[in-house]
Amino acid sequence: MIWIDTLVQGILLGGLYALFAAGLSLMFGIMRLVNLAHGDLIVLAAYLLLVLVTMTGMHPFVAVLIAAPVMFAIGWGLQRVVLNRTLGKDILPPLLVTFGLSVVLQNALLEGFTADSRRIPAGPLETASLDLGVVTVGVMPLLTFLTAVGVIIGLNQIFYRTALGRAFRATSDDPVTASLMGINPGRVFAVATGLAMVVVTIAALYLGMRSNFDPSIGPARLIYAFEAVIIGGLGSLWGTLAGGVIIGVAQTFGAAINPEWQILAGHIAFVVVLLIRPRGLFPRAND
Amino acid sequence: MSILLQTIGLTAQYGDFRALFGVDIELNAGETVAIIGANGAGKSTLLRSITGVLVNAPEQVLHRGTPIGALPADQVMARGIAMVPEGRKLFPSLTVEENLLIGGQMRRVAGPWTLEAVYDLFPILRERRLNPGTALSGGQQQMVAIGRALMSNPEILLCDEISLGLAPVVIRDIYAAMPRIKASGASVIIVEQDIGQALRVADRVYCMMEGRVTLTGAAATISREAIHTAYFGDAA
Amino acid sequence: MARTYRVTTRTRAGQITGLFALALVALGVVLPAFVPRGVILDLFFILTMLTLAQLWNLLAGYGGLVSVGQQAFVGIGAYAMFAAVILWGMNPVPAILVGGGVAVLLAVPSAFFAFRLQGAYFAIGTWVVAEITRLSIAQWKALGGGTGTSLPREATGNIMGVDLVRSLFGVREAAARDILAYWLALALAVVTIGAIYMLLRNRLGLALAAVRDNTEAARSVGVDAGRLKWVVYLLTALGTGLTGALIHLQTARISPDAAFSVTNWTAYVIFIVVIGGIGTIEGPILGVLVFFALQTLLADYGTWYLLALGLIGIAVMLFAPRGLWGLISARTGIHLFPVQRRLLGQDQLKGD
Repeated sequence: MIWIDTLVQGILLGGLYALFAAGLSLMFGIMRLVNLAHGDLIVLAAYLLLVLVTMTGMHPFVAVLIAAPVMFAIGWGLQRVVLNRTLGKDILPPLLVTFGLSVVLQNALLEGFTADSRRIPAGPLETASLDLGVVTVGVMPLLTFLTAVGVIIGLNQIFYRTALGRAFRATSDDPVTASLMGINPGRVFAVATGLAMVVVTIAALYLGMRSNFDPSIGPARLIYAFEAVIIGGLGSLWGTLAGGVIIGVAQTFGAAINPEWQILAGHIAFVVVLLIRPRGLFPRAND
Repeated sequence: MSILLQTIGLTAQYGDFRALFGVDIELNAGETVAIIGANGAGKSTLLRSITGVLVNAPEQVLHRGTPIGALPADQVMARGIAMVPEGRKLFPSLTVEENLLIGGQMRRVAGPWTLEAVYDLFPILRERRLNPGTALSGGQQQMVAIGRALMSNPEILLCDEISLGLAPVVIRDIYAAMPRIKASGASVIIVEQDIGQALRVADRVYCMMEGRVTLTGAAATISREAIHTAYFGDAA
Repeated sequence: MARTYRVTTRTRAGQITGLFALALVALGVVLPAFVPRGVILDLFFILTMLTLAQLWNLLAGYGGLVSVGQQAFVGIGAYAMFAAVILWGMNPVPAILVGGGVAVLLAVPSAFFAFRLQGAYFAIGTWVVAEITRLSIAQWKALGGGTGTSLPREATGNIMGVDLVRSLFGVREAAARDILAYWLALALAVVTIGAIYMLLRNRLGLALAAVRDNTEAARSVGVDAGRLKWVVYLLTALGTGLTGALIHLQTARISPDAAFSVTNWTAYVIFIVVIGGIGTIEGPILGVLVFFALQTLLADYGTWYLLALGLIGIAVMLFAPRGLWGLISARTGIHLFPVQRRLLGQDQLKGD
């Protein structure tokens, strides 16, 4: 019975990791850009939410509605001013620039908010739980998982049902021909990063409400997100959810055996999956 | 007749290699112009310069008298200059219908070309509309590429080597659509190696060799010998 | 008459550099007799960072393998050295070699794993390897687990060569240890730079350039890109492991978080290489001097220092992607460590 409980908790934790990963997956899928500052941007969004909640007393779910457009603008500007300059055949510039950005963000947040652990207050929601007969699950983890599913459905709708999604896919295929269709690739990429930052804000909401955070935790979130993306197969959002669930389940089982093994178990699951399926579980056909 | 599009002393360079040496061409409203020449004559470079894929000095390309030589490709397209690129260049991630839709989504102007009109022009595409664009035969892909460019209801249509790599019967099918495209009001520049096809649909011809225009004239009166000389130089 | 040509990598500046470098190394060896201990410690820091930077530059700048997980080899090298000293009673100086060897042993499975990942994903793959290593080492209770441990007194008091240094310079034991560590760092830096220079001037350098520019084309002319990547990766792991062991011999204290620090052993190193000029041997040398100057100037500002370093790194990557040395080299045409091949005709050969 305890194992079923562990399994369910792990699956729900996977929802959080899928949320971390969705933005990363989006940016890689469209621009082939791996953003090493992704985890730090999640932490930045968490602090933004914290400031909104503590200053105005509004509920975190309302604060997201204000923080998301702000993060969209940050992502848009970052892409237009900095990251678009790094795109090209050479993989070094985007890696090194986003790595530099990661260091800058961590230390700017450290300067602004100190190294103290913080948490976004969510009221009674924090402790509420739901009895499902076989297992009892926390409302917050359940909500996280459902949000992850919702975000992935939403992104897929944008991708495959809208003109913007067409522009994303076309520009990803061939930016030069896309520009002959009247599309400005730099602007499309900026919108993509803005959208990724909206997803980052949603991820930050749950990160901040579920556990403590401080300026230094970004890189670890980046690694979980990265593992989920790779396990799932590059470019597949449902695969990313599956990848997140695998990491989450591995972590809760590892922790059930020995609390010190939680993180290690997740990493080892990643390595094992990759050794068996080098291209992930659901690789895209034309990659 | 008014000049729609004009290049004046157009030059182009790839690194150390000079591809165009002062090319002057004109396209009048309602006209179809063919640009012919051997491989490497600079024909495709000329189109890449007009569309903004290659950047030039502003006043080397004029559209209705406005300098557009330095505009990026998306802004050139927004002015109503659409391109059927060499090699068709369909988007592999998009279906046939999505490939057509993306041609018109950034420039929404009223005009004869809609999804339905393109499907009427190339009925086979209606059957294949949900297939990935790259799953089609070469000829069908070329139809998608032409339809995609038409979807923006362009004032000027640029066609780069649309017969390249296709069987003669397929080329005939594709060129059979040209009269209807011209009748819809678009002015056309065709870059071709297939001189016969080009002369049949064009009003005027420019012949290029080694980055220069070596011959120009009305398609109906130009002689085969003159073209041969302009194409291969005097020695041939 | 047939003209004769010769391909050469020699330049006048290169020959001058050779003599100058020789003099500099000789000066470095006798320096402890003239300067205070603080300078020796600074130089130790500069030399070890320079070695790490040269190795990362070989890996990323020449090999195209952008790793952000080099801290795995610093950490494992250091821990292996500690294990050899504490568990097997080895003398710390030869134990450094154990550190290098174990780093290579770790590099084999991690290369097997990370080489499955392309480009940017290789980068994070190496990071995961480092994290797994750190978390595993933190479980090793005999070496202090998560909190770490120190070298025991009997080991630090009995380091090979320290007595010689003491009698040579007439200094206390702690100072003698620092001088010894400094000499080892000097030797390691010289050997590393020398070896990289030799490698690049050899056929490996040409092959690396070919692979970096176009893997497919390189393969078609018979360059085995897969094997090359292995060679570069393992050599880098060896050097990085040795350096890690040496750094922790000097501090005599180890913990998983410090030994596997991504900031200290990878972020700093990347900034040194990027700011100095990636893909050149001169770049990291210039970069480490700039890095040290910045650190000395801004040491009191803590986080602001790292913030500035990050911003400078970004700015250099965007506006001068070949780094400071790239700017200097483009202006002056000087190559201190010429690895480019130039074709000389007869006229130039005469004056050679």
